[in-house]
Amino acid sequence: MDLTLKIWRQKNKDDKGGMETFQISDVSPDSSFLEMLDLLNEDLVNKGEVPVAFDHDCREGICGMCSLYINGEAHGPDRAVTTCQLHMRKFKDGDTIFVEPWRAKAFPVIKDLVVDRGAFDRIMEAGGFVSVNTSGNTQDANALPIPKVDADNAFDAATCIGCGACVATCKNASAMLFVSAKVSQLALLPQGQVEAKRRAIHMVEQMDHEGFGNCTNTGACEVECPKGISLDNIARMNREYLSAAIVSED
Amino acid sequence: MTKLDSKIPEGPIADKWTKHKNDINVVNPANKRLIDVIVVGTGLAGGAAAASLAELGYNVKAFCFQDSPRRAHSIAAQGGINAAKNYQNDGDSTYRLFYDTVKGGDYRAREANVYRLAEVSANIIDQCVAQGVPFARDYGGLLDNRSFGGVLVSRTFYAKGQTGQQLLLGAYSAMARQIGKGKITMYNRHEMLDVVKVDGKARGIIARDLVTGEIERHSAHAVVICSGGYGNVFFLSTNAMGSNATAAWKIHKKGAFFANPCYTQIHPTCIPRSGDHQSKLTLMSESLRNDGRIWVPKNKEDVEAIRAGKLKPTQIKEEDRDYYLERRYPAFGNLVPRDVASRAAKERCDAGYGVNKTGEAVYLDFASAFVRYGTEKAHVEGIENPSKEEIIKLGQGVIEAKYGNLFQMYEKIVDENPYETPMMIYPAVHYTMGGVWVDYNLMTTIPGCYCLGEANFSDHGANRLGASALMQGLADGYFVIPYTIGDYLANDIRTGPISNDSTEFIEAEKEVKDRLEKFINNNGTHSVDHFHKRLGKVMWDKVGMARNEQGLKEAIKEIRQIREEFWRDVRVPGELNELNPELEKAGRVADFLELGELFAMDALERTESCGGHFREESQTEEGEALRDDVNFAYVAAWEYKGDPKDEEVHKEHLEFKDIELKQRSYK
Repeated sequence: MDLTLKIWRQKNKDDKGGMETFQISDVSPDSSFLEMLDLLNEDLVNKGEVPVAFDHDCREGICGMCSLYINGEAHGPDRAVTTCQLHMRKFKDGDTIFVEPWRAKAFPVIKDLVVDRGAFDRIMEAGGFVSVNTSGNTQDANALPIPKVDADNAFDAATCIGCGACVATCKNASAMLFVSAKVSQLALLPQGQVEAKRRAIHMVEQMDHEGFGNCTNTGACEVECPKGISLDNIARMNREYLSAAIVSED
Repeated sequence: MTKLDSKIPEGPIADKWTKHKNDINVVNPANKRLIDVIVVGTGLAGGAAAASLAELGYNVKAFCFQDSPRRAHSIAAQGGINAAKNYQNDGDSTYRLFYDTVKGGDYRAREANVYRLAEVSANIIDQCVAQGVPFARDYGGLLDNRSFGGVLVSRTFYAKGQTGQQLLLGAYSAMARQIGKGKITMYNRHEMLDVVKVDGKARGIIARDLVTGEIERHSAHAVVICSGGYGNVFFLSTNAMGSNATAAWKIHKKGAFFANPCYTQIHPTCIPRSGDHQSKLTLMSESLRNDGRIWVPKNKEDVEAIRAGKLKPTQIKEEDRDYYLERRYPAFGNLVPRDVASRAAKERCDAGYGVNKTGEAVYLDFASAFVRYGTEKAHVEGIENPSKEEIIKLGQGVIEAKYGNLFQMYEKIVDENPYETPMMIYPAVHYTMGGVWVDYNLMTTIPGCYCLGEANFSDHGANRLGASALMQGLADGYFVIPYTIGDYLANDIRTGPISNDSTEFIEAEKEVKDRLEKFINNNGTHSVDHFHKRLGKVMWDKVGMARNEQGLKEAIKEIRQIREEFWRDVRVPGELNELNPELEKAGRVADFLELGELFAMDALERTESCGGHFREESQTEEGEALRDDVNFAYVAAWEYKGDPKDEEVHKEHLEFKDIELKQRSYK
């Protein structure tokens, strides 16, 4: 396949940045989108130019590191995949492809297509955990039966990979889907009950503090989420937050 | 030979760990606040260690090269984690898990360490559940189990095909809690580029801020390396693109012995490679072997027809299929250990029965599982006289609930629907059992420098059983290092803060800077990947699934040559003081080019076959691996002497007091 690539280049966080055009040929339809970028970069290195910086690591859709906005869609045109799982067979020979970084106030660009998602970590630090120390005397795992449906729903929420596609997709750059996935996981499990109210309040506060926008229920995040995290989680978080805000003594 | 002291406690094996915990020194809570610990890597071992040490009161500085500790490659582990809970009442016990692990490792692991691992395994599950890890449960609300290769019980706990993700997010949440409290200072997008020794002890590291390019000195009273394995020495592996051996290799060059580098696990169930563009290989969890049957056609004509696209695998009759694992190993069948399954696949493909265009693929078929589960489900749901189609549909639903994400991943990569046609799989490099030598306390041969998880050599011998890596990473991080590090740090309560202005720090920093500048100013003609791919090809062809003397000698020569060319001719664009992924890769590949040579030297010296290390010269008449316990029941620990070719081997002889040393059989 021969392709035209229009890629966002930005030297560092202070640089203004802009789109740059590249031509690339002999791309195998079986290669992944990132392998196509590898090919481009190999070419650039051989020409003595600076390759395009992009985030990636596991290349099997689980680490959440890759993060490209391709032709106006987070992780590109395919559904339920991350960019590293997107294959070139989804494109046609001769296509022009636009590649941009996540765009959100809370995700400043570091270089080219690489952004800083530290805000997500800080939200987790505000309450995305159960306060239990490592101990050799924790109660037996089966001493606490959990209904299968609750365990399964908690698991589904917990499969969020923290990539930030929801934020990049949302017209308000809202992080509600990400935050609600963690709030839901722990709200659904008995282990998370003790701190449920504090958690909902603190994580939402931190989210607002980081500069993410509000949720207006357009549902775009759910459509673009590579892991299919459900909007139900946002509803659950709203319920958790509301009840916590009314009764919390914090 | 006297240099290696494994510090295994005295007494019966079942009492060693308890006794040891009672005997060792403890640092009181007030003094822990005066002590700094550096943890490099935030996977299961590093994440668990950082969180647990911070909970105890130590000041922890944690480092990872990814943009968040949650992205370490432990996250990609799919199938599960072992624990001797015996919830299934199938006769599991600490001893049985210990026995299976030692046997699975082909009797090349240290008994005392493995026993401790089995002993703390049950605790891990309790701890993770308490953190809110959503393991799979049955309708009674209790934890579910599955079975993995090389064992006869069901002791594997899982969270669909994302067990590693859930466990890592558990450790990450424990870290997040401590970061929020200020007990862990987290350094994301940082890479350790050297360890600093003061008076012979590890007292800090030199790290590069990958965003600004700044070189930083970080001091501490102890350094804990949890940087994972070195599978990427093969270029293509199931490791993440960033997975590297640099931290482990740097401590090796500063005095930490490197043990059994040739012990590599080639995982039998990976998606076959499709072409030269490929940057990595994707694993299909071993748990699939619970329900999938592995086969190739019996007749060469069928093989040819499949390759030519004239025949579909579903059209081949039952009697024309060779379920070669069930044929060769009736007792364990499709659940033989990984090394055995990988070699069997290679044997069939080398004999010309491989089923895709490259001739390097076998089938993993779920058709009979669809029928088995579908029948059961129809019965449960009270469907009378279900049709064959109904049964298959119900069965597919059950399989989807168990492995849905794996089937989806396969379909996205291969563009074939694995519910309709059997999967194609082939072995790929997955895990390295070898690693930094550590004693019973997980301390390396550098005082104050510890090594945990896949980065060390300690528990899996020559072959790791499925679902044991997660167990070991978490055991080391949650339940071993919090105790053993106290024994060492008890002598440091009066030391006070470690200065990072000493000559040792200044010199180490200069060394690191000089090397980075050399890369940038080299102005060669080839990219880093060019050399990495060449190294990978030599490793796979000559140091891969089967090795022989001649090939290994050639490999050593060729790797040396690639290394020389690399230093002469590598081109690293960009600048030092910016985000520069090519520069990061250059440093990692430079280290792989040294490690690769040592790897081949170790494989050359070990003329027996054991576990994942198969020497063609040492096999039975039936082609099974032949161990040599008289001459090789030892750990080969290599000491760096200025150049890979001068490395000196030290031997830690392995004693088997609790398990009888015998030839492994899965027949």
